[in-house]
Amino acid sequence: MTTTQEQPTTGGSAFRRPKATTGFGSWFTTIDHKKIGILYFATAFLFFSLGGIEALLLRTQLSSPDMAFLTRDQYNQLFTMHGLTMIFFGVMPLGSAAFNYLLPLMIGARDVAFPRLNALSYWVFLFAGIFLYSSVLLGGAPDGGWFAYAPLNVLGGDPLGETLGFASEQSARMMFYSLGLQLAGIASLASAVNFIVTILNMRAPGMTLMRMPVFIWMTLVTSVLMLFAMPVIGVALWQLMFDIGYGANFFNPALGGDPVLWQHMFWLFGHPEVYIIILPAFGIISEVLPVFSRKPLFGYTAIVFSGIAIGFMGWGVWAHHMFAVGLGPVANAAFALSTMFIAVPTGIKIFNWLGTMWGGQIRFRTPMLFAIGMVAMFTIGGLSGVTHAIVPHNYQQTDTYYVVAHFHYVMFGGAVFGLMAGFYYWFPKVKGRMMDERLGKLHFWLMLVGFNLAFGPMHVLGLQGMPRRVATYPDGMGWNLWNLVATVGGYMIALGFLVFVINVLKSRKGGLPAGDDPWDARTLEWSTTSPPPVHNFNEVPVVRTRDDFWNRKYASGDPSRTPLRVPSGGSGEAGADAGDVAHDIHMPDPSYYPLVAAFGMPIMAYGVLFTPILIAVGGVITIAGLFGWALEPSAEEH
Amino acid sequence: MADATIQPAERGEDAHHTSLGLSNEKMGMWSLIGSECLFFGALISTYLIYLDRTADGPGPSEIFDIPFTSVSTFILLMSSLGMVLALAAVQSGDMRRFRVWTLATAGMGSVFLAGQIYEFTFFVEEGFGLTTSAFSSSFFVLTGFHGVHVAVGILMLLGIWAASLTGRLTPSHAGTVESIGLYWHFVDIVWIVLFTVVYLIPAE
Repeated sequence: MTTTQEQPTTGGSAFRRPKATTGFGSWFTTIDHKKIGILYFATAFLFFSLGGIEALLLRTQLSSPDMAFLTRDQYNQLFTMHGLTMIFFGVMPLGSAAFNYLLPLMIGARDVAFPRLNALSYWVFLFAGIFLYSSVLLGGAPDGGWFAYAPLNVLGGDPLGETLGFASEQSARMMFYSLGLQLAGIASLASAVNFIVTILNMRAPGMTLMRMPVFIWMTLVTSVLMLFAMPVIGVALWQLMFDIGYGANFFNPALGGDPVLWQHMFWLFGHPEVYIIILPAFGIISEVLPVFSRKPLFGYTAIVFSGIAIGFMGWGVWAHHMFAVGLGPVANAAFALSTMFIAVPTGIKIFNWLGTMWGGQIRFRTPMLFAIGMVAMFTIGGLSGVTHAIVPHNYQQTDTYYVVAHFHYVMFGGAVFGLMAGFYYWFPKVKGRMMDERLGKLHFWLMLVGFNLAFGPMHVLGLQGMPRRVATYPDGMGWNLWNLVATVGGYMIALGFLVFVINVLKSRKGGLPAGDDPWDARTLEWSTTSPPPVHNFNEVPVVRTRDDFWNRKYASGDPSRTPLRVPSGGSGEAGADAGDVAHDIHMPDPSYYPLVAAFGMPIMAYGVLFTPILIAVGGVITIAGLFGWALEPSAEEH
Repeated sequence: MADATIQPAERGEDAHHTSLGLSNEKMGMWSLIGSECLFFGALISTYLIYLDRTADGPGPSEIFDIPFTSVSTFILLMSSLGMVLALAAVQSGDMRRFRVWTLATAGMGSVFLAGQIYEFTFFVEEGFGLTTSAFSSSFFVLTGFHGVHVAVGILMLLGIWAASLTGRLTPSHAGTVESIGLYWHFVDIVWIVLFTVVYLIPAE
């Protein structure tokens, strides 16, 4: 992509396109991938905090035996919403935030392939979250667990599908689950298409696939997984919706339905989903470790191909979530094997990360601490994962706290530590300010210690037989001490995040000026200003090698360094100088229509719940938005 | 796939250099189609699993009217021809002919949809509804979703028709028409699979 000059079009639209790219209103119409990335982060972090508060409530309830802090019903709603929020509205979109902000910068592009689709994706995601949480005001949140085994989740007091209405209050709650996740799935699908096309099609000249940063590779694999996993859960959710709302019989055994079908479809999506969550963190770590070890990444090719292998193999292990269903010895043995095999590419990555640090000049700055923490914690989680692959063990461990411990080591110790490493690493690029190191380190240690206190003991609790999803437990089971420790750990994590929020608020305006390349980094985003201009690069870089930016900085051992830098017009300083260059670069105008089109979708979802009239109203709004989108001129003439 | 012949039109359309030489629109559509394959794959698997779960309701061989569906299938497949002619028209710059064929394609899609609505109403009257059995649920959801896809395709066709009226869509945007054409052909191809799996195979 060497120019963004749009073809001027004849004819016009009834509405003027919004032009403002600054100010409060611009956030509603923006199609700049960087602003959308920031929106994604802020929203996802809000949901993440909500999920964290839910976790604290759960841990408070479990801190001692026979607690009556929460009722059983509240407990069920809280753990369901905790899982849903963290997976679909917290950690996954935090990864999306990073993709959105960094993807074009790291491949030397000015924008993503479909800027307005990007905006649509954000708004649909936001509305999906609001829709799901609105259930709290409308009869109660979903309470069937995040994997919502059908038909258990729909069988309330009344038989399934008795009328066109809902069989019970509980099934109405699960309608929020079905519809909310369908909306979130639309958002994921839109961004997956966008990222795939951007990566494959919009790389800077010379950036071949094998010269791409590992983070971009992991974005690509993640997007492909989303592209193929979302429709599978989508179909399952539609079927659930038809069962609950319209009396269909997909999961109703009385009329031929098969409850195990739900489990197959759910986990055929659910296992790739685990990798959708963890692969972005793998990518982040692969960028952070070399920079802070001052060495090239060890085994780039091995890391890339093991990531691709995970992308394929992630599809072949879903039934290890279902050993206890009774699929028979052949299926169990096959999935036990495939599950053990998938540990291999992950192990390759871990050894490559260790190899990267080996013999390096390690700088223990906050991003590096989180990166090392991620490698360590994820390894523990990976090892307990292998124990699940052994079927007889699995029978013992399934639905106990051992599983909870395992997936928190993987999802929290892996994904969240990785995302935090990325946040500290890229914050200077986004804001042009450094984060406070002392607060950052305090955050890290609170989080690391709190995390191990919270989830380490759950291994023991699980092996002692404490089931998951119990609202309380009796005294005298030997579970009291470790539950208390876990609760204390939970509050320590929360304290760590409080420090993080303070750090962000403090550093946003008051941090030390960062400069363009504060970490002496390797990838293209550090070759532009911090924060980057709207058009990212004054001149699109030409890439000659992997780690091109780094190689040029240290070209022929020249200590004065010749950074990969735009030759035109002294663009080293942002603002006035760059303005001249920027004048000729035309970026697409902001647009109202993504917001309009997205707004119709939750209305349709409410329509499914309440009255078909709303489906029609929402449908008309969405279609009108899409038509406005298609018909608006691609650019006003200047 | 290097489309040497369409290249000039695409260059005019977005003036973007792309790494793979394929327009973003087309690659986005291919990605979406890849995703849709799994969507229909999951629906078809469900249908096949539930093929004999009729719960004493009507089964596939008792209820389907194959001659009727064959006619509407024929009309839907002919609409692909209309799509091809619309694309050829816009590529040769004949916008009037483009509008005629776009509307004709949308019209044939609508006839197919009308046939499906008639068929559904008829089935429900015969006592074969969404709630009858697991088999009936999977039939209606599978073919119903295909119908929704046809409806979305019709909306897209009306969109490019309207865009060509306002001058937003010109012969330089043939790539857009081609992408929508990909979607339309894909929906038709899915129907070939569905017609075979749902109507023809159980009739044996």
